[in-house]
Amino acid sequence: MSDQAPSSGNGEDKFLVVSNIEVIYDHVILVLKGVSLEVPEGGVVALLGANGAGKTTTLKAISNLLRAERGEVTKGSIRFKGESIAKRSPNDLVQRGIVQVMEGRHCFEHLTVEDNLLTGAYTRKDGREAIQSDLDLVYSYFTRLKERRKSQAGYTSGGEQQMLSVGRALMARPSVILLDEPSMGLAPQLVEEIFEIVKRLNENEGVTFLLAEQNTNVALRYAKYGYILETGRVVMDGDAKTLSENEDVKEFYLGISGERRKSFREIKHYRRRKRWLA
Amino acid sequence: MSGEALFFLEVVISGLMAGVMYALVALGFVLIFKASGVLNFAQGVLALFAALALYDFIAPGGWVDDLFGFTFPIWAGIILTVGVMIIVAWLIERLVLQHLVQQEPIILFMSTIGLAYILEGVGDMLFGSDVKPLDIGIPQGASDWLLDNYGLYVEKLEVFAALTAAILVIVLAVFFQKTRIGRALRAVADDHQAALSVGVSLRTIWVIVWSVAGMVALVAGIMWGSKSGIQFSLSLIALKALPVLILGGFTSVPGAIIGGLIIGVGEKVAEVYLGPYVGGAIENWFAYVLALVFLFFRPQGLFGERIIERV
Repeated sequence: MSDQAPSSGNGEDKFLVVSNIEVIYDHVILVLKGVSLEVPEGGVVALLGANGAGKTTTLKAISNLLRAERGEVTKGSIRFKGESIAKRSPNDLVQRGIVQVMEGRHCFEHLTVEDNLLTGAYTRKDGREAIQSDLDLVYSYFTRLKERRKSQAGYTSGGEQQMLSVGRALMARPSVILLDEPSMGLAPQLVEEIFEIVKRLNENEGVTFLLAEQNTNVALRYAKYGYILETGRVVMDGDAKTLSENEDVKEFYLGISGERRKSFREIKHYRRRKRWLA
Repeated sequence: MSGEALFFLEVVISGLMAGVMYALVALGFVLIFKASGVLNFAQGVLALFAALALYDFIAPGGWVDDLFGFTFPIWAGIILTVGVMIIVAWLIERLVLQHLVQQEPIILFMSTIGLAYILEGVGDMLFGSDVKPLDIGIPQGASDWLLDNYGLYVEKLEVFAALTAAILVIVLAVFFQKTRIGRALRAVADDHQAALSVGVSLRTIWVIVWSVAGMVALVAGIMWGSKSGIQFSLSLIALKALPVLILGGFTSVPGAIIGGLIIGVGEKVAEVYLGPYVGGAIENWFAYVLALVFLFFRPQGLFGERIIERV
């Protein structure tokens, strides 16, 4: 798995390939302008970028939660295990093994923690015992959830809710989890804890992750490969290590400036934009 | 017991029984509102439609009798009517809701008003508009036992209706709390998006919830129909359900029940004891005034879902 760069070809036998998609909301607002990326089986891939760069939209295009928000993939293709999935319904995709954990956690507030988890297994047809054993598995990763299994999810802490939403996704037995902004609103220690669990899930359970993050630092430490999005385009991609050593990434996303400031004129488009926003 | 107190008790009981009817209709509202955020104006018409369908399956002189020369036994008629209500729910999802999913709540609300009139029209066309007595063998008349022992006049039908409503609520509660579909329904009520993300199909859920509302409507239709005949004014009790919902909270099943009972008792007591002073007919507007007062002090209703806010 040393080289995870997207290779050429039509992606027939690849795990998850997004090629050149355009997404339009409400028939007028163009949000993604040709995003391509590839997620290898068993990989952890990070989608990085600022607010409004198109990270969430990319994830929702894959899970097809876009349609509920009047969004639409108008160009390009999304293939999962060789099959085009652009027109599939979200519940069909969950059954095929693609589950999204939405930004802002989205737990079922009035349901208990355990009911939340069980709802995650809604699409499964492999029986009560299998679901029960997965419930135990989730509890073994998220011990805090077990302690709070009978409380209403709305009354648990932010960290617990984030764990719950990841645990709920796991209950569907996914092969890939699209994890949107898991660090949002959490203390650094908790962020670390959650990423540790992601890593363990990836290594021990073989779950593939595609995660969108603004916290570039953490994301690049745990991901193997990264894509940087800006205003609906991929502007850079590479191994996590390469990215975190890249001067531009360091300056704009990691907040470390190695060299002296150059003139604005020399800066590439995406960097200039960044300065303006900063 | 003195005559005075006895009379009061009778008024309260008859109010409770009317309240059960309101509660049954309000229950249908709550189910659909929770699952889809749609205020279903057609709930009253669903009750009418269900009662009409049932009548035509089982009554001599109904459709089935006219066409085939026989009538179904009551139990078969009820099962068939449940089937009809499921088909109606499916059609509503297919023809109306599916196309309006992403629209504003007010547009969905208006579509249910349209739906109410369409259903009423179709019901009129299919079943005719005359008042039909519905008799499914529910005991009629006063309970002799209560009359003999306590001098209390209580309709058997009303007791029967109350018991049925209680059983219905228990069945629904178990369905919601213990089954996979029930859990999914509660999940959808909480967060549509999250429900979608775990693979719950909203379309399936909507068909289910409209079917369940249709069955609740059938029970309401049977009770009203047995009491005062199946007539088109039945669809107007949907309007009575609105104050019940404001009182009980739009998202609460127990709220619909308690709200229904309060409105039922309140308007009967007001009618009997206050009516003479203001010239009567309090029953027609009492519920709405009560609801208005309630809106001032507790807009989420008695049992409206508490908005969870972590501090």
